[in-house]
Parts: sequence; structure tokens; C-alpha cells
Amino acid sequence: MTKLIIILLSAVFINNYVLSRFLGICPFLGVSKKLDSATGMSIAVIFVMLMATAVTYPIQFYLLDPNDLGYLQTIVFILVIAALVQLVEIVLKRYIPSLHKSLGVYLPLITTNCAVLGVTILNIDEGYSFLEAMVNSLGSGLGFFLAMVMFSGVRSKLETADIPKAFKGLPITLIAASITSLSFLGFGGVIENLFA
Amino acid sequence: MNRLDNFTKGIIKENPVLVLILGTCPTLATSTSVESALGMGAAATAVLLCSNIVISALRKVIPDKVRIPCYIVLIAGFVTMVQMLVKAFAPALDKSLGIYLPLIVVNCIILGRAEMFANKNKVFDSALDALGMGAGFTLALCAMATIREVFGSGTFLGFPIPVLESNKISILTMAPGGFFVFGILIALVNKLSSSKPKKQSFGCEGCPSRDACRGSAEKEGAV
Repeated sequence: MTKLIIILLSAVFINNYVLSRFLGICPFLGVSKKLDSATGMSIAVIFVMLMATAVTYPIQFYLLDPNDLGYLQTIVFILVIAALVQLVEIVLKRYIPSLHKSLGVYLPLITTNCAVLGVTILNIDEGYSFLEAMVNSLGSGLGFFLAMVMFSGVRSKLETADIPKAFKGLPITLIAASITSLSFLGFGGVIENLFA
Repeated sequence: MNRLDNFTKGIIKENPVLVLILGTCPTLATSTSVESALGMGAAATAVLLCSNIVISALRKVIPDKVRIPCYIVLIAGFVTMVQMLVKAFAPALDKSLGIYLPLIVVNCIILGRAEMFANKNKVFDSALDALGMGAGFTLALCAMATIREVFGSGTFLGFPIPVLESNKISILTMAPGGFFVFGILIALVNKLSSSKPKKQSFGCEGCPSRDACRGSAEKEGAV
């Protein structure tokens, strides 16, 4: 149990996917302008991360590994994720239109999101059990959510700020991301010692 | 002249990292040292070259409707090959690139070039485009890695630099330093090219799935 909590908390705070592993930077910079789109995007990411892990983990251990096909991991995972996202979209559209309306927009954006492929591969590389892998995916998704929501708050302040011409747009956003990321460095070492 | 242009535009005018703002994730993550930047650049260039050549050769065969999945499968195949080669011949590089090596699959530069260039142009031109874009990617990565390694760890390609070694700014090699150096570099490029029309914000222009998502996103007013 302690191990699961450690995995969850370190995925959210220490190894935050966006701010310390640099995965999923595109949606982080692209969709964080407004709070509601940032929230929608992150919830879709959490959802897809959990689904993707639930599907790719058994594929790796029951299909690829027993047949010595481990080298097909990259191809299989990206295809599974792409198909899964499509499937989720179709199912949501047909059966839960209200959820599709709020999440559907973000689903196609996620297919080639490196955070989703990253979390599925890292779960295998770290040698997690199925439960640990799911907890890690949840933590990674929550970390993404936290970073997106925090950052959209920072960006709304940037809108009205007086910025040097050359820094307008992306550069100042990156500098702001740098400072946000700096604040997450403070979590380093906290979680291991919490349970020591 | 026109052919040469296909090669040179990727290096400066349409530099994939600093002007088109594609492939931000590997740029930030693998620019902590010049060595891994070179390795990442070489691996991505190899995948880009192979995928551009094959996609351009098959551009009349692949049906338009399923082109994106086809491209992804082709790219994933080449990434797997590069991954196996790196694992076999440069295990140290494999370790330093880690997760970012398989993640070349989702590098938008590669899918972006397939979508923007290779499926409209001849094989030779696509190969030149791939080499130019690859060189631009590698150069931008190296520029960032040089700043981060020289000032962050006081070394260059692993060789210590006398004064800087004892006065290193280690934050530059960590995550915040990556965002910071990247921001400063783009601001510099903006400043130097201020006469030309430039990209003001992070957009979807280069994203391969822009048509798919932008249409629906704009309709819903999300982006």
C-alpha cells in the first residue's frame, strides 16, 4: 500500500510528466490558454492514459513477451493507442453524447501525444505490476492535470502583462513554464522521506 | 538552385525547432548534454530520411483517407530499427536517451514533414528536405545543449572547461533550465528575424492532425 502511495505521489509531483520529464509539451503549451480547455484536455488525458495502460500492459505480458516479440512494442503500442482513441470517441459519441461534447474535442489531439505513449512504455520499463502501472498512469495523468491548471492560471496573468517585443508569445510562455517547473523542484526528496 | 533550397531552408529559414516550433519534447529533454543532443539529432534524422523517402515513393499508392495511420506504421517501423541499432552499437546512448528514443514515433517533425512535404514531392526532393530538416533539428538541439552543458555542468562533450567547471549553474541542466534556455533562444531568433513575418504564438500549423482536430475544436470554441 505504501508503495502505491509513493508511486502515485511521485508521479504527480516529482516526476511530473510535463514539468520534469518534458512529455506532452505540445498540449501543455497549446491548450493551456483558458482554464476550461485546460481542464477538459487534462481529463481526457487522464482517461486515455488509464485506458491505454489497461490495454497495453496485458498485450506486452500476454502477447508480445511469450512470443519473443518485445521489439514490436513501439509499433504495437502506438497503433493500439490510436485505435483506442478512435474507439473511445465513437463509443462516447453514440452512448454518452454529453461527455463526448466536453471531451471529444481533445481526443484526436491525444493520439500522438507523447505523454500517453510515454506512460505505457515507462510502465513496462519500470517493471511495475498491473496495479502499480495503473496507479502510475493515474498519477501521471493527475500530474498533467495539476501542471495544466496551474499553468493556465499563470498564462491568464501573462495576457495583460507588458512584455518586451521579442519575448511576446511563445518565449515568455516558456520562461513562465520554467518558473512553474522550478516550483516543482521543491518536491524533490519530500515523498521518499514522508514514509521513511 | 531550387533543389538546394529544399535542403537549406530546413537549417535556418524554416528551422523545425526554433521557427516552426515542432518537436519541443525531445528538444527540451535531450539537450542536457551535447553528446545526447547529437545522438538524438542523428537518430531523428535517420528516421526522418527513411520515412520521407518511403512515403514519397508510396505517395500515389497510399489512399488519402488512411494516410496518417499508414505514415505512423511506417515511422514506427523505422524507429524500431533505429532503436535496435542504437541498442546494439551504442548502449551508452541508448541509456542517455532512454524513453525518448521510442518516442521519436510521436515527434511531430517527422509526421509533419511527411504530411507537408513528402506526400507532395518527388523522392529526391523529399530526401533533401529530410536531410535539411534533420540538420536543422540537430543544430538547434546542439545549440541548446551547448549552452546547457557549458554553463550547467562546466564541460563540453565531456571535457571540463577550466573556469566554468568550478562555477557551474547546475539549474540549467535540470528541467527549469531547459524551458528557460529554449525561451531565450526563441526570443533571440524573434529578435534577429524581426523584419520578417514571424510566428507569434504556439500554433497548430505544423501539427499533422491539425485538420482533424482544428475543425472540431473551432466549432466547439475550445482552442
